[in-house]
Amino acid sequence: MTVDLPERDPTRSFQDMILTLHDFWAANGCVILQPYDMRMGAGTFHTATTLRALGPEPWNAAFVQPCRRPTDGRYGENPNRLQHYYQYQVILKPSPSDIQELYLKSLAAIGIDPLKHDIRFVEDDWESPTLGAWGLGWEVWCDGMEVTQFTYFQQMGGFDCKPVAGELTYGLERLAMYIQGVDSVYDLSFNQHGVSYGDVFLENEKQMSKWNFEVADTDALFDLFTKAETECRNALNNDVPIAAYEQAVEASHIFNLLQARGVISVQERASYMGRVRDLARGSCEKYAELKAPEWAEKYPEWSLI
Amino acid sequence: MADFLLELRCEEIPARMQKGARAELQKLFKREMDGAGVTTGDLTIWSTPRRLALIARGLPTATEAVRDEAKGPPVAAPDQAVDGFCRKNGVSRDQLEVREVKGRETYFAVIEKPGQAVADLLAAAIPSIIRDFSWPKSMRWGETSVSSESVKWVRPMSGIIALLDGEVVECVTEDLTSGRVTKGHRFHSEGEIEIASADDYVAKLRDAFVIVDQQERATIIRDGARDAAKAAGLTVVEDEGLVVENAGLTEWPVPLLGRFEDDFLDVPPETIQLTARVNQKYFVCEGPDGKLANAFICTANIAADDPAVVVDGNRKVLAARLADARFFWELDQKKTLAEHAKGLERITFHEKLGTVADKVERVAKLARWLCEQRIVAGDPDLAEQAARLCKADLVTEMVGEFPELQGLMGGYYAAKEGLPAEVSDAIRDHYKPVGQGDDVPIAPVTVAVSLADKLDTLAAFFAIDEKPTGSKDPFALRRASIGVLRLLEENSLRLKMHLLFERQFNDLLDHFQQSEETIIRRDVVDELDEVGALNPSKSTSFDVAEIRHEVEAPIDTGYVFELLDFFADRLKVQQREAGVRHDLIDAVFALGGEDDLVRLLARVKALQAFIETDNGTNLHAGYKRAANILKKEKWEAPDNLDGKSVSYSPETSEKALVEALNDAAPTAAKAVEEERFEDAMAALATLRAPIDAFFEDVTVNDDDPAKREARLNLLARFTNAVGNVADFSRIEG
Repeated sequence: MTVDLPERDPTRSFQDMILTLHDFWAANGCVILQPYDMRMGAGTFHTATTLRALGPEPWNAAFVQPCRRPTDGRYGENPNRLQHYYQYQVILKPSPSDIQELYLKSLAAIGIDPLKHDIRFVEDDWESPTLGAWGLGWEVWCDGMEVTQFTYFQQMGGFDCKPVAGELTYGLERLAMYIQGVDSVYDLSFNQHGVSYGDVFLENEKQMSKWNFEVADTDALFDLFTKAETECRNALNNDVPIAAYEQAVEASHIFNLLQARGVISVQERASYMGRVRDLARGSCEKYAELKAPEWAEKYPEWSLI
Repeated sequence: MADFLLELRCEEIPARMQKGARAELQKLFKREMDGAGVTTGDLTIWSTPRRLALIARGLPTATEAVRDEAKGPPVAAPDQAVDGFCRKNGVSRDQLEVREVKGRETYFAVIEKPGQAVADLLAAAIPSIIRDFSWPKSMRWGETSVSSESVKWVRPMSGIIALLDGEVVECVTEDLTSGRVTKGHRFHSEGEIEIASADDYVAKLRDAFVIVDQQERATIIRDGARDAAKAAGLTVVEDEGLVVENAGLTEWPVPLLGRFEDDFLDVPPETIQLTARVNQKYFVCEGPDGKLANAFICTANIAADDPAVVVDGNRKVLAARLADARFFWELDQKKTLAEHAKGLERITFHEKLGTVADKVERVAKLARWLCEQRIVAGDPDLAEQAARLCKADLVTEMVGEFPELQGLMGGYYAAKEGLPAEVSDAIRDHYKPVGQGDDVPIAPVTVAVSLADKLDTLAAFFAIDEKPTGSKDPFALRRASIGVLRLLEENSLRLKMHLLFERQFNDLLDHFQQSEETIIRRDVVDELDEVGALNPSKSTSFDVAEIRHEVEAPIDTGYVFELLDFFADRLKVQQREAGVRHDLIDAVFALGGEDDLVRLLARVKALQAFIETDNGTNLHAGYKRAANILKKEKWEAPDNLDGKSVSYSPETSEKALVEALNDAAPTAAKAVEEERFEDAMAALATLRAPIDAFFEDVTVNDDDPAKREARLNLLARFTNAVGNVADFSRIEG
């Protein structure tokens, strides 16, 4: 039995745009992962990015990561701002010499013609003190709109990336709004059958904005933060840094929720960020140290430091 | 003679780094060629976002053979010395020549360096240039980056062209080999482009939609923006920085004009210009009425199939940003500035200095005091009001988004609220003067707030020992002090600075005595307290020299003195730039007790005018001679020298000097007291002829002790009279 699937149309369907990117990066050697099943602020937090950026082994992956930014919630009233949205994340390690060309081809695949639209690579370096990480790169502009973050990771968890990984982070809603020519994210066609982005997410934005800003029990959140911190240390003490890292991600998100609830003062803010940073860096360090002997054996020219 | 072309291609170089990169390429190329003995003539250096290029015309094809001679030890020298000489020069013993030097047989090494092909030298130079190239930030990439030691560049490198008279200069980096192919425009050109030589490089690239000369791209953008505005009946707001930045972002620049909705023009024009410029790199335009128009000019990097599509995309992005700006503008106005100012209690000014609200409190008191003391001719109530509101905009949404608009937005919001113009102007301008070319406020209320803000910052950071050191000045205290100096000078404000700093110090102390944490240096407090510097009731006059003397303490000369010294240093730097001699400033400072800037500068300027005259130079020479004699004789003159009669009949020149001093000394002293410094200098000038004649005709060290004593006293009187106007011993020359 043969099944005829309809043609994908990334210019008229949000999900087709995502599926086209999956097709494209799968064809270029990436494993297509599903989102990490935890709340996180950016695709970079996915272990497929952070932890895999460490060590000498090649790694090529692409995935969608739902991102939670509690303070960006606008109760569904702002056409551009969301507390929950999608990033499309590609990680290529080592960074291939044709990475820019690959990226531009992926844009062409979803319907952006570089002779019709002005595509530009504008300096934008990336730094995450929380992860002990930094990289150089660009924000990619399409007719003046930032559509992608493009970064060559230089350090992660305080270690030099050896080799360097290239990271692409597409802002999916923005790109789709551009490609579909709509001014409000809620007007995006989610599929080719009349379902809009608003049908899927508007109610979610309303309720979650309310919960983030007004409802969430702050005592419980403070408690969760402390518990995540404690559990992270427990995991580190027992040499399971991946589990520890998950708790760091959890603590980071709880901190963001506390921020949205407005219960962390300016003075306390730095201290909380420092605590999250210690957890995340500690987990990355432990992971790298634990794996280093295995890596060094496979790659004699490689060393952790 | 040969022409050399070097192209280093890479992924997009940040626009802001391209100018520096061109200079770096020129420097390193010259360094390499000079080191190899190759004379470089004219160098042309270009940059685009994706390449650095260098053309060196008229290079030799080979270096000339060089014959070097080195003189060694005498033939009779020990073997060790001779062997060492051979090693050093890379010759064997039997290659040494023997010549006679001053009657001694001496070894010479003759080193012949054959000429080298410049192509070989270039091949060795290119990897060195790449390796040593200094970027503000650089990175590793690709497979080779498995090692931390892999080559670094601003972004991944993608190709090297090296052609000497059309022949490839072969060289290899970690992952690239030089050749003759490059790439054209990212979208308008496909595949590789073969370059024959330096001569066809520019034209070949132009055919491939790359204008390699950044100046030409800048011209296209500058003229294109002007023309586009003109065609729309508008004038572009010229911005050379933006021209250069866009030239660094494009290989094929195409300026395009678009419009945005009129409604957005309700927000302050500065916010529109800033968001257009900083976020989007767009030019803005003015209408015939000189007001901001609803137009922007973006610079595309393609000759688009349909430019309207590109313009429309950019318009949407700008509209979203302007919508944000308008949202902030309206939201911010829902609260008064006074309400916003409450939010400053949540913002830390410095961990040791409390919140911004604490700072505002101090600034408000000081601004009021400056007006009440009539140091500044502003209304005390208005000055205090303006000071209390001057930082409120820091917690507005607009300034949160665009920190550059601090002050300006506060001014707008104050005006919208209907506050007095003096207050809104003071809020707007109180950060001024910011840079060297910036206007200095002259409106009295603004001056009071601006001065109070800067003085408080200086006093506060010195009090917690956060002084600038070397190149480090994280709290911009040097800039604040220059701002203070310019405010004082241009407004002719009379101010005893140490009084004021002591006042501020007390204020800080009050604050911290209330809070648990007393972090201000206690040692200094105690010391100043002992001499009554912090307690006005204990001291009747604040004479810096006196306090300085009393606090000649073993450890710390104290915070106020450090601040005054800091100001003195800044003043010297500032005045030197304005052409005032620093030794003359020293000569006036050395008198002590002077911290009134306006008076000090008037004195220095009068002194400089005088010292550069014939009379001034000679009087200075006379002073030095007199001072030397007194020093040599270890002469300690009695206290009261005036009107002492002598027991012998003085010589004519001696008498003349006495009479001249009788006249000039009180005249000069009075003039100084009345701040008529030119007159004081004129009085000194009358001493020049008498002192010259005195030294000509009179023997100071006379055999008669009475004469010797009288004459030494006379010289002491002379140096005292001169020294009362300025410390001439500090004057150079």
